[in-house]
Amino acid sequence: MALIRNGAVAPPETWTTLGNDDALPRSGDVLVGIDRWLEQRDALRAHDGRVGVLLQPDDDALRLARALEGAALVAVAFPKFTDGRGYSSARLLRDRLGYRGELRAVGDVLPDQVFFMQRVGFDSLDLAEDKSAQTALEQLREFSVTYQAAADDARPLFRRVQRPG
Amino acid sequence: MYQYDQHDQRIVDERAAQFRGQVERRLAGEITENEFKPLRLQNGLYMQLHAYMLRVAVPYGLLSSAQLRALATIARDYDKGYAHFTTRQNVQFNWPELEDVPAILDLLASVQMHAIQTSGNCIRNTTSDPLAGIAADELEDPRPYCELIRQWSTFHPEFAFLPRKFKIAITGSTTDRAAVRVHDIGIRIIENDTGERGFEILVGGGLGRTPHIAKVVRPFLAYEHLLSYLEAILRVYNRYGRRDNKYKARIKIQVSEWGVEKFAAAVEAEWAQIKDSATKLTRDEIDRIKGRFALPTFEALANEDLDALALTTDREFARFLKNNVRQHRVPGYAAVVVSTKPQGRPPGDVSDTQLDALADLADRFGLGHVVVMHDQNVMMPNVKQADLQALYAELKTWDLHTANAGRVTDQICCPGLDFCNLANARSIPVALRIADRFDDLDYLDDLGDVTIKMSGCINACGHHHVGNIGILGIDKAGVEAYQLMIGGDPGEQASLGKIVGRAFSSDEIVDAVATVLDTYSTLRESADETFLDFYRRVGLDPFKDSLYGSD
Repeated sequence: MALIRNGAVAPPETWTTLGNDDALPRSGDVLVGIDRWLEQRDALRAHDGRVGVLLQPDDDALRLARALEGAALVAVAFPKFTDGRGYSSARLLRDRLGYRGELRAVGDVLPDQVFFMQRVGFDSLDLAEDKSAQTALEQLREFSVTYQAAADDARPLFRRVQRPG
Repeated sequence: MYQYDQHDQRIVDERAAQFRGQVERRLAGEITENEFKPLRLQNGLYMQLHAYMLRVAVPYGLLSSAQLRALATIARDYDKGYAHFTTRQNVQFNWPELEDVPAILDLLASVQMHAIQTSGNCIRNTTSDPLAGIAADELEDPRPYCELIRQWSTFHPEFAFLPRKFKIAITGSTTDRAAVRVHDIGIRIIENDTGERGFEILVGGGLGRTPHIAKVVRPFLAYEHLLSYLEAILRVYNRYGRRDNKYKARIKIQVSEWGVEKFAAAVEAEWAQIKDSATKLTRDEIDRIKGRFALPTFEALANEDLDALALTTDREFARFLKNNVRQHRVPGYAAVVVSTKPQGRPPGDVSDTQLDALADLADRFGLGHVVVMHDQNVMMPNVKQADLQALYAELKTWDLHTANAGRVTDQICCPGLDFCNLANARSIPVALRIADRFDDLDYLDDLGDVTIKMSGCINACGHHHVGNIGILGIDKAGVEAYQLMIGGDPGEQASLGKIVGRAFSSDEIVDAVATVLDTYSTLRESADETFLDFYRRVGLDPFKDSLYGSD
């Protein structure tokens, strides 16, 4: 599965997703759910390897307020590309909580959604299996104009450029 | 109308190019139909019973003559010679080939049009009052706000995959001709007690399987907060609207299940965080958008005596004056409703030659544009009263002169089982039979304003819940049947129709409509009592009696 970070193909990474009751492995990069992260943050931060938080669509991203320090990654799950809740989660993480670390879309991440994903604040895209990284990179540049404010630019178009009257 | 600047133009050009690429990838098998579906849907391309259907956005219904000619070209070159006007002020083509759609989008882009977000679970075309800009009872022209919303919602990255489709309507008048109370969000331009201009925000209206009248979420919103407030509503909906059941996914269900107080509190809490963000509008930006609306220049004219004209002219034209001509706030001008509903034609269908003729007539008589109306007719909003007779004569040569605006035969009707794979019953043939049955124009005039709205299934594309007479096609043990409803109204006193009783067969339904109309015509207090007023006074009982007798 191709990983795109900051608009370029990045080397693949291996993260182990842990359930709430799964034992923490001795080492290696792991993703944990929001409950486990909030309950065991100190212990997790001592782990030998990177630790990230995996948000499901029905998780409230705002629970991560003042609890993002130490997270190597926040991954937002898109179990189905038609479930758009993760877009709001991303904006809340960026705009409301001021999260500046890596924000990754995972799951059913298709090239045709990546333009929107980058706008709401995802800088990292873990494409769904067999999806073309090349197409995704092209889609990231599909539009050169956007109207509204989003995580990539807090200003709507009328505050960015002088539009003709 | 609104004139694109280079940014607007670039967005529709890039969209057309993007969809060309997506179609190529689909045809090459690089993306599955399942993956292609949401992409084509966000470009208004549906798979219907027989073919693809392309829905083209007509922002707030406004079309220039150049745009009408482009639609005529599409109908002629890529369809079977006709286009269809919808109840949401858009235009549909029923027979395009997938391979041709990119070329159609290029043609549309060349006249500042597109099919962006005309379907799919996203924010759809914002609709408005067909009399916007010319109504005598208008506080402010709502169309610049429609355009602001169009731009804000176009490719809004957060709201492209909502639980369900999302429709917004705005009116600037006290009389609600935009049906704001049956939209996901309805916006009324109002003034508060201190004379400050702003908006009343209603949320959670809608038709479909479970019709709801919208509730007031904010009684007064200052103008500069319009977009941030919409963003707050959409975010609360996107995060918490139901996604477990397609039929419970509209915002009306969320508002109804939460209760409007809880919903409003969630919106207010979210809005408090973003109301002072850069999304806040400025007076300059609103004025700039207003300035991009090249509003027509009216001549200084005196009003003609149209009543006297009606008395002295031939009966046909007099009827047209009475039924199809609307008041204009500028002296000497009138708005003309061009009916798409002559006998024998499906409501809303217009041929390529008629579209070209409308474009020419709009240039000659209508200051160059027309408005698509919610009832699937087309309005020429700016006609000199002195030209009405000449315009009528021209319309007549194109069979666009039917003098039935607002009358029983001015029906709204969905495509039904003839075209749509959701439908349970045919609707167009029933509409055609109703039109045949009521061919006595004097009787229709005597009945006055009565709306008939018909849907071929409970998804209610024909808005049957808000027809004075609503007809709903159902499947009764494999046989088409029709439920009859009475008392619906999409206006400022919005109400939902009530089912009269057992459903009627296809053979019975036209007689049943006739019985309902006769009941009203016989029992009304006076000729001034409209069908709706009569129903509100007497209820369903007299209709039940005459329809079902003692059974």
